[in-house]
Amino acid sequence: MDNFSTLIGGIAGDGINEAGITVSRLFSRLGYHIYMHYDYPSLIRGGHNFSLVRASRQKIAAHVDQIDVLIALNQETVEKHKSRLKESSFVIYDADKVKLDDAKQRGCGLAVTSILKEAQAPAVMKNTCIIGGYCKVVGIDWSVLEDVLKKHIPKKLELNLQVARQGYDQAEGFCSIDSRVDKQDQKNLPIITGNQAVSLGLIKAGLGAYVAYPMTPSSSVLDFMAKFGPQFGLKVVHPENEIAVILMAQGFAYAGVKAAVGTSGGGFCLMTEGISLAGMAEMPVVVVMAQRTGPSTGVPTYTAQGDLHFILNAGHGEFPRFVVAPGDAEEAYYWSGVALNLAWKFQVPSFILTDKTVSESQYSFDANLAGELKEQAPLLWDGQGKYSRYFHTDTGVSPLAFPPRKGQVIKADSYTHDQSGITSEDAKITREMSDKRRKKGRSLAEDLDAYETVKVLGDEKSKTALLCWGSNKGVCMEAALKFGLRVIQVLVLSPFPEKKLKDALQGAERLLCIECNSTGQLARLAGFYGIETHDRILKYDGRPFSLEDLESELGRALA
Amino acid sequence: MNPKDLATTALNTWCPGCGNFSILSAMRMVLAQLDDEGYPIENVVLVSGIGCHAKIVDYMNVNSFYSIHGRTIPVATAIKLANPDLKVICFSGDGDSLAEGIDHLIFAAKRNIDLTLILHDNRVYGLTTGQFTPTSPQGFKGKSTPEGAVEHPMNPLELMLVSGASYIARGYSHGIEQLQTLFKEAILHKGFSFVDVLQVCVSYNNLYESYNKWTYVMQGNDASSFEEAQKNIRSWDYNSSEAPIPLGKFYEIDAPRFDQAFAQYLPNLSERDSKIKELLENFI
Repeated sequence: MDNFSTLIGGIAGDGINEAGITVSRLFSRLGYHIYMHYDYPSLIRGGHNFSLVRASRQKIAAHVDQIDVLIALNQETVEKHKSRLKESSFVIYDADKVKLDDAKQRGCGLAVTSILKEAQAPAVMKNTCIIGGYCKVVGIDWSVLEDVLKKHIPKKLELNLQVARQGYDQAEGFCSIDSRVDKQDQKNLPIITGNQAVSLGLIKAGLGAYVAYPMTPSSSVLDFMAKFGPQFGLKVVHPENEIAVILMAQGFAYAGVKAAVGTSGGGFCLMTEGISLAGMAEMPVVVVMAQRTGPSTGVPTYTAQGDLHFILNAGHGEFPRFVVAPGDAEEAYYWSGVALNLAWKFQVPSFILTDKTVSESQYSFDANLAGELKEQAPLLWDGQGKYSRYFHTDTGVSPLAFPPRKGQVIKADSYTHDQSGITSEDAKITREMSDKRRKKGRSLAEDLDAYETVKVLGDEKSKTALLCWGSNKGVCMEAALKFGLRVIQVLVLSPFPEKKLKDALQGAERLLCIECNSTGQLARLAGFYGIETHDRILKYDGRPFSLEDLESELGRALA
Repeated sequence: MNPKDLATTALNTWCPGCGNFSILSAMRMVLAQLDDEGYPIENVVLVSGIGCHAKIVDYMNVNSFYSIHGRTIPVATAIKLANPDLKVICFSGDGDSLAEGIDHLIFAAKRNIDLTLILHDNRVYGLTTGQFTPTSPQGFKGKSTPEGAVEHPMNPLELMLVSGASYIARGYSHGIEQLQTLFKEAILHKGFSFVDVLQVCVSYNNLYESYNKWTYVMQGNDASSFEEAQKNIRSWDYNSSEAPIPLGKFYEIDAPRFDQAFAQYLPNLSERDSKIKELLENFI
């Protein structure tokens, strides 16, 4: 078995996300790679939530519509998702609550509510009980589930094990996934979200402070940093609003502490005056910008790639910036660290542009595949002579010093300023300081020559290429395999890797852009550099492309 | 240290007679004095917003962050959290902190973070040439309110008191000695200290005559009493131009501070990689 998909659905408050992660961990222990897509509306209790767990022998970063097993904690789950069932699929459900028409052929009803009542277990344990039954149905050894529960649900463990065992015993075995597949050569990898990977990458590269105001889908970075950051000496602040957030990051930077902030579109709107300040005052700051469906409040818990041009142009005035859009957990980890290093190396704002799909999906994470990431020291003042915060150099980058420095004065300024940081309205200085900022942009672009800012995936010889960025990497790669296509993933969006992209396109006669927005924002950006896109496959309903979605669109486009 | 050593070569562009000159000289004297008394000048960081007040950082040869309109406090907060040894002093205007950045001001008081804020309160927008501000009296005829401002002024000291500021005072730009006393007290105070300076704008809101007539220095008030502070603060509402205006320290208490909650824990960086590995184990 190469691929196995499970959907678990219920209401918010049922623990659907955690249940999906539990299923993911079971497969991870059997040697599979995991990708989990989590779909939830913007509410706390009720509604319909589902986790779609896909296990594969290959490394994956996309979900499929068709599922092998449906786990239904309520009737709505069956009604909403029965169209996903194949002939061979099974449904596991709470027989006390859910009615299934074709129960005889494909159903495994468990008396979940009765089991819980008898065991005097709280309602939230129903997913443990039903996952017990699930293990039996699909042929996962009891010991594997026991191991996962022991490690991850230590609270009320005995009770959890008891209800899981009853679910397991009550279920019938329907199919058997080969639990020995690849077990020897595939490590049991951690399963983390893109946001967690971003957090770890930042920490690895020496983050000292994280400042954020909560906003879906970036909030889990704040939660992660607040929980795990202090052991790395991280100062985590949740201030009054995003304006304070971006200004605090610059207070930290001025004092020599590497800071990052996190937000989504609406919150980032408030940050733009602060981004201009970072441009002028040359304050290194990292912004984790997790896109969701806009404009405005939009569809808060759903995905989009609608903010590319906003991020590329945010802030008034002209100044260089670094923008990267990772496409999976390894890239999120590696490039977040690089974003921090580059922000400090060139004293520019640095953006990690994700979306709900990358931020909140779960991935099997292999640090060894992510690339070597190290903290890089910024250019520091050598202590000779009189310090000038904005001293002119060949690269445009002025050496940094942080207070207190005896006998020295360190002046940062939002006005146009002279080299010492004193305000100036002089024409020559105004031009020179503008040149300095552009020089930094050129130095940054040269530095990026050493990085893989554009990736060529799939069939590199194919004359037809898919152009993508961010979360669509995974689905494009898989679809390209089937159709024998080349995939070009643009990782760095600013400074735009024009030459590398043109090299990647060599021999390609037809270019299709795949984006989760309604206008083809990367296609538009590439067009600015004379790169013509022949077709656009766009999805802008808040949902990511499933593999089937993209395959059928490609089938039409390539027919 | 000679206060003159704290001057810069920047050309001073305030109008002749501007109340900001008193704040500048009082602050230079206080910082020079504090340097002599064991608070080294290199440990001082000045943060300003935007407006006439903000030019003060260009005129002082001291570490500074010339920030943007209304945003002194978040910048200053992070500088203090980054290095608690630094003395961080914000200069702000009544448009800057009471309009554009009032959210940050309230939160600084709420957190009682160890910062000082000097409010250059000239009760008019000077640099934009004469509009009403949150402390302009009702009926103020500014360029944006030619028929007279409809709104009542706010009392920033009252706002600071209820928000949790632990040092609250008012000075007047004609009383440079008192300004020195208040600035020094405020800087040495542990917690959020707020000094409202009635700073006269000679070009757009010249209140010298009125202030000379009505201001008085409070004597013998109990600054540890919230009720008494509130009574004294409320005795002038920023609206009446024919009422006594108390100057001096209204309130000073010792209270827990936000910056105390940030432990100065410096992890062994060589352990960072192994700790990340350990952390990832939790997700297997």
